[in-house]
Amino acid sequence: MAGTENSQKSFGWAATDTSGLLFPFHFSRRENGSDDVTIKILYCGVCHSDLHSVKNEWGFTNYPIVPGHEIVGLVTKTGSDVKKFKVGDRVGVGVIVGSCKTCDICQQDLENYCPKVIFTYNSKDQDGTKTYGGYSDIIVVDQRFVLRIPDNLSSGACAPLLCAGITVYSPMKYYGMTEPGKHLGVAGLGGLGHVAVKFGKAFGLKVTVISTSPKKESEAINRLGADSFLVSSDPAQLKAAMGTMDFIIDTIAAVHPLAPLLGLLKMNGKLVTVGLPDKPLELPIFPLVLGRKLVGGSDIGGMKETQEMLDFCGKHNIIADIEMIRIDYINTAFERLAKSDVRYRFVIDVANTLASN
Amino acid sequence: MAKSPETEHPLKAFGWASRDTSGFFSPFKFSRRATGEHDVQFKVLYCGVCHSDLHMAKNEWGFSQYPLVPGHEIVGEVTEVGSKVEKFKVGDKVGVGCLVGSCRQCDQCTNDLENYCDKQILTYSAPYTDGTITYGGYSNLMVADEHFVIRWPENLPLDIGAPLLCAGITTYSPLRYYGLDKPGLNVGIVGLGGLGHVAVKFAKAFGTKVTVISTSINKKKEAIEQLGADSFLVSRDPEEMKAAAGTLDGIIDTVSASHPLLPLISLLKPHGKIVVVGAPEKPLELPVFPIIIGRKVIGGSAIGGIKETQEMIDFAAKHNILPDVEIIPIDYINTAMDRLLKSDVKYRFVIDIAKSLKPE
Repeated sequence: MAGTENSQKSFGWAATDTSGLLFPFHFSRRENGSDDVTIKILYCGVCHSDLHSVKNEWGFTNYPIVPGHEIVGLVTKTGSDVKKFKVGDRVGVGVIVGSCKTCDICQQDLENYCPKVIFTYNSKDQDGTKTYGGYSDIIVVDQRFVLRIPDNLSSGACAPLLCAGITVYSPMKYYGMTEPGKHLGVAGLGGLGHVAVKFGKAFGLKVTVISTSPKKESEAINRLGADSFLVSSDPAQLKAAMGTMDFIIDTIAAVHPLAPLLGLLKMNGKLVTVGLPDKPLELPIFPLVLGRKLVGGSDIGGMKETQEMLDFCGKHNIIADIEMIRIDYINTAFERLAKSDVRYRFVIDVANTLASN
Repeated sequence: MAKSPETEHPLKAFGWASRDTSGFFSPFKFSRRATGEHDVQFKVLYCGVCHSDLHMAKNEWGFSQYPLVPGHEIVGEVTEVGSKVEKFKVGDKVGVGCLVGSCRQCDQCTNDLENYCDKQILTYSAPYTDGTITYGGYSNLMVADEHFVIRWPENLPLDIGAPLLCAGITTYSPLRYYGLDKPGLNVGIVGLGGLGHVAVKFAKAFGTKVTVISTSINKKKEAIEQLGADSFLVSRDPEEMKAAAGTLDGIIDTVSASHPLLPLISLLKPHGKIVVVGAPEKPLELPVFPIIIGRKVIGGSAIGGIKETQEMIDFAAKHNILPDVEIIPIDYINTAMDRLLKSDVKYRFVIDIAKSLKPE
């Protein structure tokens, strides 16, 4: 039974069916092991993946599900082999809480690509129990999967970096989008997109936001610092921008046409997709062949790179733009998120609003 | 009054052309320009038959200009050079591939990537800088700007080597660009035709371990024994495909018909790459999850720049990489095209122009 499988009592909000509605939920966490850190959760970001998962849109949800993988909190216990952290440290936990740690992939600090990767929620942990995420009061995590938060970054606004941040930072490095002066297109201006704009500017790139909503233009340019804005449903604007971008980060989580985006790329340009639509996309081949263009994917990042990303944010003062909410607002927040009605990430004030009955 | 193909240029020439979408070839008289100061004129000895020639003869891509003289795997002997030509002299053996012109000034051109220039000029059926339409290598004579002429190495056979000028560079370039040329990597080649068989040879020469992926088990013996592939996968066999899942560092996909990408994506290791060089007309379905979860890449590639084409020819000469060809006389071309449509050739026809192409 969920509540009693482990020994530390825990409390959170969970969804129990495909309606995706969350309710208070009692469960348990494992005892703090020698490599573990127990964290009192202060804040948890609301990722669009949380919404996909609670409604089982990807087909692999195991109910009940406690989502949340953008966690910031304070260390309350450390295991005997834990040297990196001490009680009272401010730490973060992102999308993964375990991997095999020994394969070639893990040895290259790419735990996120390990075949035995364990996700922060809805995954099977090493002891066979289910993992529960950050919409809860505490979490117990192997130290390898815990991150230091730079002192100058505020906890709430930093939480979304743990998924949204690394999800765009990693491909920007891997696909070479860090050369100052190059032109980056960011398709979709939500949780991922707005952070990609900030990273793009920090890398010295020219950044164009590509969006279907003209309303986002002022904010994109004046607040986020984008250099220009393209309404992708306007054929004239698309045509004028054809062949002008070195890279595009495509953060759009729904099915959408790739052909216009491929047209925006210069020769040898790269389109990296990080949004997860629930159906395949149509890929026209001629533009890839004639322009030696490529479409690549990327999936969060390894622990070393996630720490590097956080330190980069500390150095450049980059945080997410958030709307702080109470835990009992979460169902409304999900409805708004489905309509992209948030600038640009909800963050749950767990410590102040999550109370056990 | 508009000039005819025979009179638009001062030098008489003849070849075989397709005149309409039936794609049927017959003798054709036309003319070539006088040798300009940067031009190289050569008599054509051999010309490879590329599947693109068939697509173009029938206007399947919608931009064919009739009468159409295809042929962009052309090998010949220099007969005249322009006053400013430095790289070639009369008697030299040379080749011309898919391009005879580009703007020479854009970012692509200045980086030796003429094949990605917006203003590239194809060897046949394209408007040249003088307003006339280009004619390709199914003809007795060619005149080309020296920049686009390839030096033919002495030890490379002229007849068998001709297909390298398109099939060769089309597979060599992406193996290099996408990093699939490192010894020990596992590379898959999908489709065993003109492109595929040359890709196997280059990949082996780079020291990679090669798996041929084909719909037809009949090609297995040849792939392994003649071409030197290390293994063979029948793509229609789910068990074989499953056993090979996650084993390939990269795949060169030469298939131009529509086909599913997901089974190929599954063959890739994480961070693996599929490079498409065949060009299906309709979009393919791209399942996004596997690309993201495995940080995989699908990219394209189209021939190669002139510098790289020369590098590829020199590499082929050094490592004895030769296509497998069937030499034919020009008057066999219509039958050859019928057979090509059915993939009934191992693996490229080459027209013996010098021996068989005679003026009427």
